[in-house]
Amino acid sequence: MVATQETIDKVKEVSSTYKYGFVTDLEADKAPLGLSEDIVKFISHKKKEPKWLLEWRLKAYKKWLSMEAPDWAMVDFPKINFQDIYYYSAPKTKPKLNSLDEVDPELLRTYEKLGIPIKEQKVLAGVAVDYVFDSVSVATTFRKKLAKEGIIFCPISEAVQSHPDLVKKYIGSVIPISDNYYAALNSAVFTDGSFVYIPKGVKCPMELSTYFRINEQNSGQFERTLIIAEDNTYVSYLEGCTAPQRDENQLHAAVVELVAMNNAEIKYSTVQNWYPGDKDGKGGIYNFVTKRGNCLGQKSKISWTQVETGSAITWKYPSCVLKGDDSVGEFYSVAVANNAQQADTGTKMIHIGKNTKSTIISKGISAGKAQNTYRGQVQIQKNARGSRNFTQCDSLLIGDKCGAHTVPYINQFTPYARVEHEATTSKISEDQLFYCLQRGLDTEQATSLIVNGFCKEVMKELPMEFAVEAQKLIGISLEGSVG
Amino acid sequence: MSLLEIKNAKLKVDNKDILKGLSLSVNSGEVHAIMGPNGSGKSTLSYMLAGRDGYELESGKVFLDGQSLSDMEADERARSGLFLAFQYPVELPGVGGMSFLREAVNSRRKFLGEEELDHLAFVKEARKVASKMFVKDEMLKRAVNVGFSGGEKKRFEILQMAMLKPKVSILDETDSGLDVDALKIVSDGVNEQRTNDNAIVVITHYQRLLDYIVPDFVHILSDGIIIKSGGPELALEVEKNGYAGLINAA
Ligand SMILES: Nc1ncnc2c1ncn2[C@@H]1O[C@H](COP(=O)(O)OP(=O)(O)OP(=O)(O)O)[C@@H](O)[C@H]1O
Ligand SMILES: [Mg+2]
Repeated sequence: MVATQETIDKVKEVSSTYKYGFVTDLEADKAPLGLSEDIVKFISHKKKEPKWLLEWRLKAYKKWLSMEAPDWAMVDFPKINFQDIYYYSAPKTKPKLNSLDEVDPELLRTYEKLGIPIKEQKVLAGVAVDYVFDSVSVATTFRKKLAKEGIIFCPISEAVQSHPDLVKKYIGSVIPISDNYYAALNSAVFTDGSFVYIPKGVKCPMELSTYFRINEQNSGQFERTLIIAEDNTYVSYLEGCTAPQRDENQLHAAVVELVAMNNAEIKYSTVQNWYPGDKDGKGGIYNFVTKRGNCLGQKSKISWTQVETGSAITWKYPSCVLKGDDSVGEFYSVAVANNAQQADTGTKMIHIGKNTKSTIISKGISAGKAQNTYRGQVQIQKNARGSRNFTQCDSLLIGDKCGAHTVPYINQFTPYARVEHEATTSKISEDQLFYCLQRGLDTEQATSLIVNGFCKEVMKELPMEFAVEAQKLIGISLEGSVG
Repeated sequence: MSLLEIKNAKLKVDNKDILKGLSLSVNSGEVHAIMGPNGSGKSTLSYMLAGRDGYELESGKVFLDGQSLSDMEADERARSGLFLAFQYPVELPGVGGMSFLREAVNSRRKFLGEEELDHLAFVKEARKVASKMFVKDEMLKRAVNVGFSGGEKKRFEILQMAMLKPKVSILDETDSGLDVDALKIVSDGVNEQRTNDNAIVVITHYQRLLDYIVPDFVHILSDGIIIKSGGPELALEVEKNGYAGLINAA
């Protein structure tokens, strides 16, 4: 890989500073363009990380260099030039606007449809309001309440400083740096993300949402999240946001690791609405995510619920490794792809322990010219006697230029287990639309209602307030695709 | 006062002439029955009125309460007070009856400038109407028409009519598939909605229904036009002698 002159110069500058050990802050708020060992050092240093973490990052970087970008997914995009990306920039404050009048009316229209309160609209659009202070104080109260229970919920960069032992023990324990190309990249250059620790016996009293995480802005394109639930615990974590998110960074490669001990339950819900690009997919986000949960303990349970409407390309397979006997893995997914969007998503359920159970419900909706692929693997290992899997994959097509594909892999190494797979493909019929119109619903309402009906089994897994927004979101994502 | 006015309506479906110059005038407070052989164009007429895609008039005019329907989409027509009880109600998997009804009712209310009903008020209203139609609450929770028996589907159509309070209702073979008791229940439901301010057009093959919903006028539709109109006695004549004589005479 050829580094640009700018990179070379900057790196020289940085590496010479390194020798002196970086006592004070670097002036630069942005790492030079491109990726090299020195950039990794730069990031680690910026974050004042301990040596072990820097070494871990460097190992990941070396691993990444030796790997090839995967090409098995049913997505098509120009090769990414990894030297043409900035890997670190200090948190930026968005330009402050004085009133909503200055905001892109298109954006406001969407907010309104989502039913986002005016106050929040302002925050999202970057209008100066004192509400920001409200939200900080809410977050503070929130954290106090959690701290009383012994729960840790903070940016992972903060956890590296305050709870290095926990981070060191678990980071990369579920998704090793060599797991895949994007996970290796993330391990080398991750900037921030969430850290959650639920101590033994604690049921987290509230939904943990990134919304309440201080400093959550600009955790960047390489987010890293780690959630650990000790014995006899429960936690529900919400990620994402229904408001359309634009980002100057095209490539997003997040890593999420979950660890559930005996009798622990982690519920992880995502509503993702990254900018999908224009009608031809231009300018949209590439979302290449690695998410995996380890059910280490007996009777532990991890459930992934996702509603994906955004991104030009989605490459995402939240998975469960069911090690503990009687552990349970669940995957509920709605993936909407419209216009030129491409989604290749699904899950892996790896049954290792005895009597482990997994459920996969995947609902793919394609409209426009979009391609939507479900890719799922169910593996029942030799000792996983008495294990069961149920998979249901339904595809809904809107229009006749889009596509839906189902690619299930089943590897069963013991006869003492049961794996069931069901798949359907359907279309919104003209009869259904007319029936709704005849009752006074407009085309958008009708589509949204029918599509949400199709997704119902997944939507009911979402926390209530999230579900309502997600429903509206699905309607909006499909706007203009019917009629 | 004419609530529904059809003037010389002509319409092709897939290049085939189906309506061939049909005229009909329905005043407020009236109930009209349309009878006619299979394939004569009765359902086509109802789709044309409701504004279904592909059923646009080739020539002729239609007015709902004095307003021309030609530039109105199906949903606008519905919100303006045109209701069609389908011959074959459509299944909407996963779409709960309550939420479907609520969206429909609120669309209509919004159009009328009335306040939208909140969840509680709506549920109360829906239960009231449902109990009159002997529709169990449990059915409202199920997905619209999914797994409903033929008779349940028809009952649910009339329940929607009662909730939406349309100006003009067209009931396309609402009696088919109903057992004797259900026929009575559904007819009572329809009769209860007869007022001086609305109008109802029932399409049926059977005189039996007209014993319950007594029409002011009966029309015979054959090959895309109305060949004869009369009072309730015309239905009795059809019942006795069939259509052949009427068609030959026309
Ligand atoms: N989409 C279509 N393509 C071709 N022909 C059609 C289409 N729709 C209706 N027709 C024809 O139009 C004619 C009238 O049909 P329509 O359904 O209106 O009859 P009907 O009077 O309602 O009959 P029935 O009493 O059986 O319900 C029939 O010959 C039918 O085959
Ligand atoms: Mg018919």
